[in-house]
Amino acid sequence: MTSVDRWQLPDGIEEVLPGQAVPVEDLRRRLLDLFRAWGYELVIPPLVEFTDSLLIGLGEDLELLTFRLTDQLSGRPMGVRADITPQVARIDAHSLGREGVCRLCYAGSVLHTRPKSLMASRSPIQLGAELYGDDSLAADVEIIRLMLATLDAAQLPAAYTLDLGHVGIYKAVLDAAQLDAEREARVFDCLQRKSRPDLREALAGVEAGCADAILSLVDMHGDESVLARAREQFETFAPAALPVLDALQDIAEDLRRQRPQLSIYFDLAELRSYHYHTGVVFAAYVSGHGQALANGGRYNGVGEVFGRARPATGFATDLKAMLSLLPAGAPAAGAISMPDSDDPALVTEVARLRGAGEIVINCLSSDPDSRCDRELVEEDGQWVLRSLAP
Amino acid sequence: MDDGITIALTKGRILKETLPLLATAGIQPLENIDRSRKLVFETSVPGVRLVILRGTDVPTYVRHGAADVGVVGKDVLLEHGAQGLYEPLDLGIARCRLMTAGPAHWQHTGGRVRVATKFVNIARDYFARRGMQVELIKLYGAMELAPLMDLADLIVDIVDTGNTLRANGMAPLDEIAQISSRLIVNKAAMRSHYRAIQSLVDQLAAVVGEGADADA
Repeated sequence: MTSVDRWQLPDGIEEVLPGQAVPVEDLRRRLLDLFRAWGYELVIPPLVEFTDSLLIGLGEDLELLTFRLTDQLSGRPMGVRADITPQVARIDAHSLGREGVCRLCYAGSVLHTRPKSLMASRSPIQLGAELYGDDSLAADVEIIRLMLATLDAAQLPAAYTLDLGHVGIYKAVLDAAQLDAEREARVFDCLQRKSRPDLREALAGVEAGCADAILSLVDMHGDESVLARAREQFETFAPAALPVLDALQDIAEDLRRQRPQLSIYFDLAELRSYHYHTGVVFAAYVSGHGQALANGGRYNGVGEVFGRARPATGFATDLKAMLSLLPAGAPAAGAISMPDSDDPALVTEVARLRGAGEIVINCLSSDPDSRCDRELVEEDGQWVLRSLAP
Repeated sequence: MDDGITIALTKGRILKETLPLLATAGIQPLENIDRSRKLVFETSVPGVRLVILRGTDVPTYVRHGAADVGVVGKDVLLEHGAQGLYEPLDLGIARCRLMTAGPAHWQHTGGRVRVATKFVNIARDYFARRGMQVELIKLYGAMELAPLMDLADLIVDIVDTGNTLRANGMAPLDEIAQISSRLIVNKAAMRSHYRAIQSLVDQLAAVVGEGADADA
């Protein structure tokens, strides 16, 4: 390694520099304050845990995303968290062990072995909220509302669309279809890509009514009219889907009561997180940003491995991704330069200014810091502010 | 946000066969693409733009949302993966086959087979499924030359008529996949420009005779 490339960071690992770090931290504080105001208690889970608890229940994707190391004290395998959700589930199920509803929130860095999507950071700052102990639609609605409030608080410049789906629809249709495991895996892959031609190929030889029902899932996305279409399509083939459709309709109506303008996009075959979600799934998409900006859903039963199966719903977002969508912040108000002096009057005045939120920078023996637009000067025994000529 | 959509097209044969399809859907470039050195073209539909790219770049543009919709060969999607994209339509154009090929009368005599290809991921998967550990040699063109020069035993390549193979003393062996061009859509654009994109998909589906069996 030459000294020329010593500065290089690994792919997808970035530092946040002045100018960016302040808005990230501002946003983090604002959002955690928002969560607190909604009654979500902050937890700070550890950076590393035993993989036994870290990799539980949330699908095989997480295993591939997790950096592993060995704990030299116990010899047990550990992982650097790639997702904070399982940690919070452990906290709810085991560490707290409360009965009834438990609302928790968190913010922290996670590490991914490879970018989750093209251009994604390998060290996102994950921020999210989870609601345990309540299996009602009202809990799902609360979490979705909190996710929307989070996006509002971030003051994104672009409009967002709420994506609503439910794993129960795909499940009902596939249960009714009774395909063998290999074919079902192919159907799953084709549906994720919404590829009608590939899906038709995968369904070759399947009885026509059944194939039609599965094929229709490709088009089950769009505005509210898909719910009616789905009802008609699955009424006889997969009646188990009907209550699920009702639930989605109820959620949409609930949300629209407070936000009549909310743009809702239904996708009844969204399978992004099918392997660990158990109910409603949702996401927020911002126009021009290829990936969901925030997403979540119901994942009942995750706590079971920690001794307590608990109903759970929650969402998470990546602060860095969110920040990349925000317009460059206006330059912060200028700072104040102070002379390097122990004068008690100066010390008192500086303490007062700093307490009031001003930035006061000791100019040491050099010129005032370039951020300063004012300076403290002594006039008739008083320290007063004077504008610094640019 | 603007309501326009950007369509990324693959230059070459796929472009030639895509333009008539788009024309049937009422989308025509305002300039002659062949004669222009430009890469971005306005069309007869206000707000709909065409960008002309290399095939492997099309999914990248669409995945990032730099283009909302794209037309690209299935070979590119198989090789580079289609994660994060929708591929709702087989346009049925630029049909060909992805095949293994080797010197005429080639026989596997044991040992590791060397395979030259542009499609290393597809080739690795294909041979792995057959229980064969192969040595992959990534090339960017003229695969047929590799066995002739004893750089490789077999090749994996797109085969249209097979004439180039035969002219070089080789024969197609096994078909890996049927290839044709697919319409791909960015996931976020599908939501933010749902109407515009769904109507484009429907129109093209009608032209290529796909999807008629779907919802009423």
